[in-house]
Amino acid sequence: MDRRTTIKWMLAAAAAPLGHGVFAAVPAKVAAKPYGQDPKLLNVYHPGELWPLTFSAAQRRTATVLCDAIIPADATSPSASAVGVVDFLDEWISAPYPGQQKDRTIVLNGLQWLDKESGRRFSKPVHELDAQQLHAICDDICYLPKAKPRFVEAAKFFARYRDLTASGFYTTPEGRKDLQFIGNVPLASFDGPPLEVLKKVGLA
Amino acid sequence: MPFINAEVAAKTDYDVIVVGSGAGGGQMAYTLTMGGARVLMLEAGRNYDPVAEAAMFQTPEMAPLRGASTPDKPFGFYDATVDGGWQVPGEPYTQASTDETQRFDWWRARMLGGRTNHWGRISLRNGPYDFKPRSRDGLGFDWPIGYADMAPYYDKVEMLIGVYGANDGLENTPDSPEGCLLPPPKPLVSDLLVHKYAGKLGIPVIAGHRAVLTRQLDWKNSPAKLHPGNPAAQAIIAADMKRRGACFWTTPCGQGCSIRANYQSTTVHLPPALATGKLDIVTDAMVNEVTLGKDGRASGVHFIDRTSHRNISISARAVVLAASACETVRILLNSKSTQFPHGLGNSSGKVGKYLMDTVGSDLGGQIPLLESLPPHNEEGVSGLHMYVPWWQYKEAGKLGFARGYHIEFGGGRRMPGVGTATRLEWLTGGSYGAKFKEDARRYYGSFVGFAGRGEMIPNEKSYCEIDPKVKDKWGIPVLRFHWQWSEHETRQAAHMQKTFADIITAMGGRVRGEVKTDGAKAIEPGGSIIHEVGGAIMGDDARTSVVNPWCQTWDVKNLFLADGAPFPSNADKNPTLTIMANSWRVADHILERMQRKEL
Repeated sequence: MDRRTTIKWMLAAAAAPLGHGVFAAVPAKVAAKPYGQDPKLLNVYHPGELWPLTFSAAQRRTATVLCDAIIPADATSPSASAVGVVDFLDEWISAPYPGQQKDRTIVLNGLQWLDKESGRRFSKPVHELDAQQLHAICDDICYLPKAKPRFVEAAKFFARYRDLTASGFYTTPEGRKDLQFIGNVPLASFDGPPLEVLKKVGLA
Repeated sequence: MPFINAEVAAKTDYDVIVVGSGAGGGQMAYTLTMGGARVLMLEAGRNYDPVAEAAMFQTPEMAPLRGASTPDKPFGFYDATVDGGWQVPGEPYTQASTDETQRFDWWRARMLGGRTNHWGRISLRNGPYDFKPRSRDGLGFDWPIGYADMAPYYDKVEMLIGVYGANDGLENTPDSPEGCLLPPPKPLVSDLLVHKYAGKLGIPVIAGHRAVLTRQLDWKNSPAKLHPGNPAAQAIIAADMKRRGACFWTTPCGQGCSIRANYQSTTVHLPPALATGKLDIVTDAMVNEVTLGKDGRASGVHFIDRTSHRNISISARAVVLAASACETVRILLNSKSTQFPHGLGNSSGKVGKYLMDTVGSDLGGQIPLLESLPPHNEEGVSGLHMYVPWWQYKEAGKLGFARGYHIEFGGGRRMPGVGTATRLEWLTGGSYGAKFKEDARRYYGSFVGFAGRGEMIPNEKSYCEIDPKVKDKWGIPVLRFHWQWSEHETRQAAHMQKTFADIITAMGGRVRGEVKTDGAKAIEPGGSIIHEVGGAIMGDDARTSVVNPWCQTWDVKNLFLADGAPFPSNADKNPTLTIMANSWRVADHILERMQRKEL
């Protein structure tokens, strides 16, 4: 284990204020083995192969709703859940590494908070909320600097969850296409930026 | 059979044993075998074949955790390093202090080719000042050799491994003679913007120098310059140069290169060395001791075969350690005898002393000019198309720190990874939904990152020694590290931060995160930059140095060092090119002595 990463994580955890309610809970650690320093690089891996996954059916439902609230389908590309982001999130929080274990706490507690908040406000589970109801909750927690004190922990969760959802989405072929990434193919020559690009930034 | 097992090696006669297969060991084996010597190379890690094993075109969704870095793979899943990192299971090292600022994190790569599998391929020559730093400012140590001694070997290494770059005629930033450098790749649009706006601040931005073939090597003309009067060597290297492919402008170099378009020891040094028929390689050979003969010379080495766990001794006429600076120190200190109770080559008491890394600090920014640009391919050679050499030599003494740094920077619409479209709140105000997808498109490729790489001055408080108690899983005593930055380093790191912020601002950009004005917070921890050098420095005086100007230990005449350990200073220039040039220089000297029957 990278001691520096571990220490960084421990310091960050120690510096963070103690959460309240569901955010104070510490989920059971995963006991799976890391993949080690000499994994087979040419294999194609799928979530669940290297370590067991975590999400219950209920957690999965809530996770899916939130993923797709962050990255819904639009004219350009599908939604996050349609390209396997929920599986990726589950793989991530189930991994036996310090950074992922920290996210495990944030994500599992956050999903639980979301379920409770949905029940409290609308007497419904998250997956039965209509778009307006879901956005009412998300709007309260989507931007930490403007979150009300009682939503601060939930806003921290949302920020991390949004990052993980983006990580999962933009690392798929559909996500790369959405960003119009061009590359990973051999070229005969490298010609630098096209003229229209240079013109746009004032260099031609 | 070039790759042989330990038992076969133990029954064979060798001129030279080379410990380590990275930049120093690879170059040593290459030069010695091309010169006719019979060489045994010992590598502690496993055999590794980048042509068969490199994960070049794999995309993140094929990897665990989308290829994110983990303690097992600190530079991402597809990084070519296997069995390596800041921690290696079963092979610990210790810290003398619990103070976080006094720790040194030691990167190792237990595999054929060592750290050359992973490195950034940045290949900068030390300049004339860099060999005589003490003469300029009274700090640290001068090298016992000068730029003129190293220059012919820089020429040769550049021609052999293939380095792109340009000659800019800048102070202490040497030009290369005609025929040494390959053409630099075309700049990215972000490079051109840095060039324009940093230029307005008086900061020069010039072509980078990296060991990547931007076109095929000059196999017609270079071989005669590399091996004058040696037609057999010329034929071997000409044939090998023809077989190396030029860069096809995709995939990160750090994932390895199966077409051999960049330098790593396994694709550049070892194939021609093996083609001579003079090189044998034993992998999984964990060397723990240089053995001493009754004549006071090194008789060979002792190692543990990691596959059979057997102890094996091998003899040769000369021994070269190129195990990486700290591992070389460890082997010397663990080689104890009645004659050398404090370790071999340690009569001066200087083995382990003056350990150095590079000063590192980084900062990124978001550049509105780069938003929503028409999509185009920006992969290029995967890094450092341009860079900033140290530009304030004239200001030395006025800055509050003695030595300089260069700036490595990069932007571009790269292969999206786990960091893409994350941490955007400061730009988006926390968008989600359709708006978030628009924001992700807008900001993708609009970031530029700057990293300073600066000179650390050797000091008495940064060193390693043998831990009196802890042993690794092979029973070999481990290293214990002591570390302390001086204000020359921390102030330099703070200066880097301010410079990066100034450039980002000049580009009309916004700094991401905090500009660290406190140098102690701005500086990366010791060992982070993986430029470990020193520990067995070269000098003119046997009382104050471990090796002479030929990197021959003062104490043992047939023991030489060929990695970063003999460096008396650590210029801002990344050390690998100098390790190779110095190794070639030392190898030539060994060959001459062998011809004179002195070894």
